[in-house]
Amino acid sequence: MTSDKAMQREKIAKRAEKEISDDSYVNLGIGMPTLVANFIPENKTVVLQSENGLLGTGPFPTEEEVDPDLINAGKETVTTVKGASYFDNAESFAMIRGQHIDVAILGGMEISENGDLANWMIPGKVVKGMGGAMDIVHGAKRVIVIMDHVNKNEEPKILKACKLPLTGAGVVNRIITDRAVIDITPEGLKLIQVAQGYTLEDIQATTEPDLIMEENVELNAF
Amino acid sequence: MKPVISSFDEAIQDIGDGATIFVGGFGLVGIPENLILALKRANVKDLTIVSNNCGIDDWGLGLLLENMQIKKMVGSYVGENKEFERQVLSGELEAELIPQGTLAERIRAGGAGIPAFYTPAGVGTPIAEEREVRTFDGKDYLLEKSMTADFSLVRAAKGDKMGNLIYNKTARNFNPIMAAAGRVTIAEVEGIFESGDLDPDQIHTPGIYVQRLIQGKQEKRIEKLTTRKEA
Repeated sequence: MTSDKAMQREKIAKRAEKEISDDSYVNLGIGMPTLVANFIPENKTVVLQSENGLLGTGPFPTEEEVDPDLINAGKETVTTVKGASYFDNAESFAMIRGQHIDVAILGGMEISENGDLANWMIPGKVVKGMGGAMDIVHGAKRVIVIMDHVNKNEEPKILKACKLPLTGAGVVNRIITDRAVIDITPEGLKLIQVAQGYTLEDIQATTEPDLIMEENVELNAF
Repeated sequence: MKPVISSFDEAIQDIGDGATIFVGGFGLVGIPENLILALKRANVKDLTIVSNNCGIDDWGLGLLLENMQIKKMVGSYVGENKEFERQVLSGELEAELIPQGTLAERIRAGGAGIPAFYTPAGVGTPIAEEREVRTFDGKDYLLEKSMTADFSLVRAAKGDKMGNLIYNKTARNFNPIMAAAGRVTIAEVEGIFESGDLDPDQIHTPGIYVQRLIQGKQEKRIEKLTTRKEA
C-alpha cells in the first residue's frame, strides 16, 4: 500500500471515529473499519463487539500477551478490556439482530441512493463469503459505511442503483469517504460535509445520484 | 457418566462416508484439531461439513479438503484457503455460503427443536432468490430452516465425566450450539475432570448434549498474529 493510500484510510477512519458516542456498543468490520479503533480517545467509553463472541475487544497483544484462543472477527490476535465478556455465536448475533449494537461501521464496494449496500461479492470472481455482514447491516441501530469515494478508475462508488449483488437493501444510514460525508434520507442523498481540498462541485461530479445540498453543508470539515 | 475414549481414531470410528458433520471453531480458534486429524486418517469420503470457515491450506479442515474428503462445505466465510477455491472452480466441491448469524441461529434452532425461523439477513440479496419472504410490521424477513448433523465435533477447555463442558475465551464460538445440535457429539477437551470438580454455575454446555469425550493436546496454530509494541 502506498503511503498516500494509507493516509487516505487513516483520514477516513479518523472521521468515522467521530460517529461513535460515549458509552456506546460498536461493531467494526474487517479491514479499514478496524483502524477506527486506533482513534478512539481514552476519555470515551466504547465497548467493541467482535462477532465471533467478544464484547470488550482490546488492543493487539504484546508478544508476551498473545493468546491463541483470543481473536477478533478478523481472526487477529487481540486482548480484552476490563469488563469484557465472551459468548457463543448464536448469542453474538442475537445481540446484533436484536438491535443492541449502537453503531456498525463497515466497508463498502457500492452504495445506492436508497441505502443499498454491496460489499461481499464480485460476479466472475470466487466468492469467499459474506461472513456476518448481512446480519450486521440489519441489526445495528446505525449503519455507517466507510470507503473511498471513487474506485481505482476514478468512477463513482455511490450510484443510483448498485450493479454488484447486494449485502442488504436500504440498510445504510451514513457514508463517509475520503471526500465527503453523505446521509441516506427518505428524500435522497444529503451532503453533510466536504473534506479539505474538494468543492461541492467535485463531490457531485464523482457521485452518480443528485445530492441534496443545503446551506449548512460544512466545507473543509476534515 | 459419558465414555472417555483414549484414542482419537476410536472416537470417530462410527463416522462413515457421506456423513454430515458440524465442526466447531472460528478460523483456527476452538477447532477440534485431533478429531480432524483422525478423520483424515480414517479417509472417510463424501462428507458434508458445516463450519464457519474451512481451515487453511495445511491445517484444520483444510486437511480434509486437501485429501478430497469433503463433498459439500457449508460456512459463512471460506476465503483463507486456495485449495478451496481450486476445488469449487473445478466443480469437485459444492459450497453453500450462509450469513454467519443465520448459520449460528440455524444450528441453535436445530439443537432447540425449532424447525424454522424468520430473519432479516439476506433479504434483497442473491441468497433470497426463490425463497419465502414474509412481512412482519412492515419489514421483510427470510424463512430459514434449522440444521442438525449426524455428528458434532467440538473442542472445549475442560470437560467432566458427565459431559459438561467449559470453553476458553473466543474458542467458545460455534462449539456450544453445535454440541447441542449433533445427534452424536464428540468433545475434544484439553483437560478431563471428575464429576463434581467443575463448578455447575460455570458450565457452558450441559453434559446432556455430549455423547463422548476425549482428551488431547492442541497445537493452537495462530492464523493472523497481530501484536503491538510495549506501551
